[in-house]
Amino acid sequence: MAKRHTDPLGLHSALEDWMLPVLVAAMSFLAALTIAGALASTSLATQWRNNTAAALTIQVPQPAAPDAANNATRLAAVLRALQTMPGILNPQPLSTGAMNRLLAPWLGADAASLGLPLPAVITATWNGPGAGEAIAPALNAIAPGTLAQSGAQWAAHVTALTASLQTCAAAVLVIVALVGGALVALATRAGLAQRRDTIETIHGLGAQDSGIASLFASRATVLTATGAAAGALLALPVLLWLATLAAPLANPVPPPGAGGGLVNLPDALWAALPCLPLAAALIGWCSAQLTVRGWLRKLA
Amino acid sequence: MIKFDDVWLKYRHQERRPGALTRDVLRGISFQVPDGGFRWLTGPSGAGKTSLLKLIYLAEHPTQGRIDIMGTHAAKISRRDAALLRRRIGVVYQDFRLLPHLSAYDNVALPMRLARRNESQIQADVTEILRWVGLAGRLAALPDELSGGEQQRVAIARAVVGRPKLLVADEPTGNLDDEQAQRLMTLITALNRLGTTVVVATHNHALVNAYPAPRLEMAEGRLTAHG
Repeated sequence: MAKRHTDPLGLHSALEDWMLPVLVAAMSFLAALTIAGALASTSLATQWRNNTAAALTIQVPQPAAPDAANNATRLAAVLRALQTMPGILNPQPLSTGAMNRLLAPWLGADAASLGLPLPAVITATWNGPGAGEAIAPALNAIAPGTLAQSGAQWAAHVTALTASLQTCAAAVLVIVALVGGALVALATRAGLAQRRDTIETIHGLGAQDSGIASLFASRATVLTATGAAAGALLALPVLLWLATLAAPLANPVPPPGAGGGLVNLPDALWAALPCLPLAAALIGWCSAQLTVRGWLRKLA
Repeated sequence: MIKFDDVWLKYRHQERRPGALTRDVLRGISFQVPDGGFRWLTGPSGAGKTSLLKLIYLAEHPTQGRIDIMGTHAAKISRRDAALLRRRIGVVYQDFRLLPHLSAYDNVALPMRLARRNESQIQADVTEILRWVGLAGRLAALPDELSGGEQQRVAIARAVVGRPKLLVADEPTGNLDDEQAQRLMTLITALNRLGTTVVVATHNHALVNAYPAPRLEMAEGRLTAHG
């Protein structure tokens, strides 16, 4: 007795076994890198934003001169005012050594000894609402010319940059999905052209459009899922290598010699990688269904 | 019942001038075949016999006119219902149209599988019909491994295995020797006696004379004689 044939359209030979999965693997590889890039930029931006948004730097010119009320030096008056202002935590003047280290690239190792009119610098943490716009005017009333710089404005730039990167990543993913869908459609059309007579015959024997489309869609689903899984697996060592390179930028910084790129990949990326074959399978199934049903509509 | 009412047909060009219509292939065809009827369809090559058969087995839509097949207005039927209706029509194509990658058994089993019959029934019916057409020993052979006559017998077996309500055959004896042609006609007339409506297009006048039945005679796209 002849064995039952489960592929009446002979799609194993009509839809190329290697070309579609290889191209989908390349798309999946790009998608994996794009997702990783988007997640990494988001993570670094969040970390940077948290660190910089709260930083407050105050420059007091002529720190040894008397303040506006002539009660104390400008530096002492500003420090005292900062200690009583709501939302400001831990105001600390930079030591001479710290100032020297800060200015060393421009003025050499001992900037303080050059006799330049350097301002005093006070660092603090801003824990209040907004960017602390009222601080500078209040301090200027005590010590004219005092500058207060908040990290919030930099954090806003970082937020905008991150949003732009995420939009670009989303656009790349959409393009990858569209290209993947187009590849499946092209492969399916080639398969339809190659099997035209066979399809017309089984259509004439009473096959439903849905049945014929499902045969193609099943094959396309298997090929795209296989290709996408291969692409994601190929991307994994690259991602682990990049994670190792990015480890020093991570917060908290892993101890020296910890290695282990595996632990450095974010959970979201571990969750996203298995989704690539699923997404590719869905794209393959939908694209094949639409292509075949559109083609069959030309038949009576 | 088959009912054609003033049916005209033009094809659409596929390659040169895509979408443009050809000249009229069928012109004002009107006839009826009652349920269980038998008709020979005769006429010279190019008369439009194959085109008329295509309309009967719903492979083409008429450009104009109305066709009813088994009580269904062909133009009003959904694609899904058209597929279901096609399952009740057995077709023997002039060029056989066997699926080249399927064995003789699987080719014959295909319409039953499309109709979701159970495998035990498929096995019994397919084995029996292939034995009947003299191919009991060739179940596993691919079409390429069969002679023209054997391929034609597989095509005939595929058309009748589901006991269709309507059987349409386009030159079914073209590649058969006299003995096989006689066996085929015995099979077709037996199906007809059991209630299957039959339309057979042929050039074989000896066959037509041996099995007297009403004729649909065609020339240049027109029905020149009916009955």
